[in-house]
Amino acid sequence: MENIKSKEKVIEIRGLSKSFGKLDVLKEANLDLYRGENLVVLGKSGTGKSVLIKIIVGLLKPDQGSVRVLGNIVDQITYKELLALRLKVGFSFQNSALYDSMTVRQNLEFPLVRNQRRLTKGEVNRAVEEVLDAVGLMQTIDQMPSELSGGQRKRIGIARTLILQPEIMLYDEPTAGLDPITSEDINDLIKEVQEKYHTSSIVITHDLTCAKAVSDRVTILLDGKFERQGTFNEVFDTTDTRVRPFYDYNFIQ
Amino acid sequence: MEKNTSSKTNGPGKISRMFLTLYDVGAFVTRFFKEAFLPPYEIKELVNQCYNIGYQSLILISTTGFITGVVFTKQSRPSLAEFGATSWLPSLVAIALLRTLAPLLTALIAAGKVGSSIGAELGSMRVTEQIDAMEVSATNPFKFLVSTRVMATTITIPILSFYTALVGMLGALLNVSLSEGTSAKAFFLSALESITFLDITASTIRSIIYGFTIGIVGCYQGYNSSKGTEGVGKAANSAVVIGMFLVFLEEVITVQFFSLFRTV
Repeated sequence: MENIKSKEKVIEIRGLSKSFGKLDVLKEANLDLYRGENLVVLGKSGTGKSVLIKIIVGLLKPDQGSVRVLGNIVDQITYKELLALRLKVGFSFQNSALYDSMTVRQNLEFPLVRNQRRLTKGEVNRAVEEVLDAVGLMQTIDQMPSELSGGQRKRIGIARTLILQPEIMLYDEPTAGLDPITSEDINDLIKEVQEKYHTSSIVITHDLTCAKAVSDRVTILLDGKFERQGTFNEVFDTTDTRVRPFYDYNFIQ
Repeated sequence: MEKNTSSKTNGPGKISRMFLTLYDVGAFVTRFFKEAFLPPYEIKELVNQCYNIGYQSLILISTTGFITGVVFTKQSRPSLAEFGATSWLPSLVAIALLRTLAPLLTALIAAGKVGSSIGAELGSMRVTEQIDAMEVSATNPFKFLVSTRVMATTITIPILSFYTALVGMLGALLNVSLSEGTSAKAFFLSALESITFLDITASTIRSIIYGFTIGIVGCYQGYNSSKGTEGVGKAANSAVVIGMFLVFLEEVITVQFFSLFRTV
């Protein structure tokens, strides 16, 4: 646990439960995210990893428990306060969720011009170019999302969240569906974002290569609870039959 | 467990679902009025949507309107000819087109073409998490996607409806000119003589109602579509079916309502 960079908690989750019909995906789960760290949440598909980050940004409501983000309890604040909070929390979607009727430039401008209406055209252009430069895709500025590769779409998705300069980044399966080389580029980008923008991040993944590359701390979601928190090596230094197969499948097979 | 027992019995489940849907639609319409008239306004997107809707429907509406004018005139002639009243054809066509055919025809075409397009577009955006992406970036997807589209259909369909009436009249003029040799001037003078201010007002109000309905139904179905590609298909389909059904229902009600103001 020595990898915790700061003792300030930016996200504090206590007793969080969420069910869909008879399926309990989160069962009184507890988790903290500290300022400046990259926390990787591992787990098998369908175990509620994405549900967790959707609750953090208020897209889903918890059945029980509390989620405190930057001092605000998400399901108890007003809609206006939630919007203000969302400006500080960037969300990178698994399939990038780029607006497919808009160019890359318009995708990046969309959240910026609607949240900072006093910006001049020149300031908006500068902000767009800066984040595109940060993700290394300046040449795509006038392209449509359908013309981009999977890796490029992920990068633009990340750029779109960075344009609002968030304090917290939530990555939903950032390397899903990408080849190993492109995955490595995305892992590097996540580290670069942490260093350049001083973000605290939760990275949801089942890709252990990604987890090893980007994590300061790792936790595993098992049976609705966050089990085994620590550095990558600490988490997998176990004979627990629920945890060990993750490691063996990724690194031994 | 008790919750499951009640939902398994068909009667109460269906009734409560129906009331829930009605409540949901009510909330959706209320939110539209709240979002549409409060700043900030999405003027650029509204203009863009008006252009798209007009452009999408123009060729279909021109063709259908013209054919309707020709066919309606041709079919009406024998009945009028029996009484030696073929000179009434321009008036008959003008009244029929303006009072009923043009608003209804335009609304039905728009329900098929525009309603399905809105349902599919928003449904697809919901499924691919684009609407969620707008939400989490602290923007208001309802204002940008729903308010603009509903306002666009409400503004554009009345304009298209008058355009349909005009094109229908041109079709009728062609038929009358070829059969009776009536000049364009005489045709339009005769047609305009029979049209009252009430006809124009009623036609405008009805088109506004149809436009609003088509927009709301398409947006509601798309915005609330369930996950998956099947949901997108269902949203598009429901937008057309429910849109057309409501337009017919509104036609019956509005005809009854405006007939209260007519003396003849």
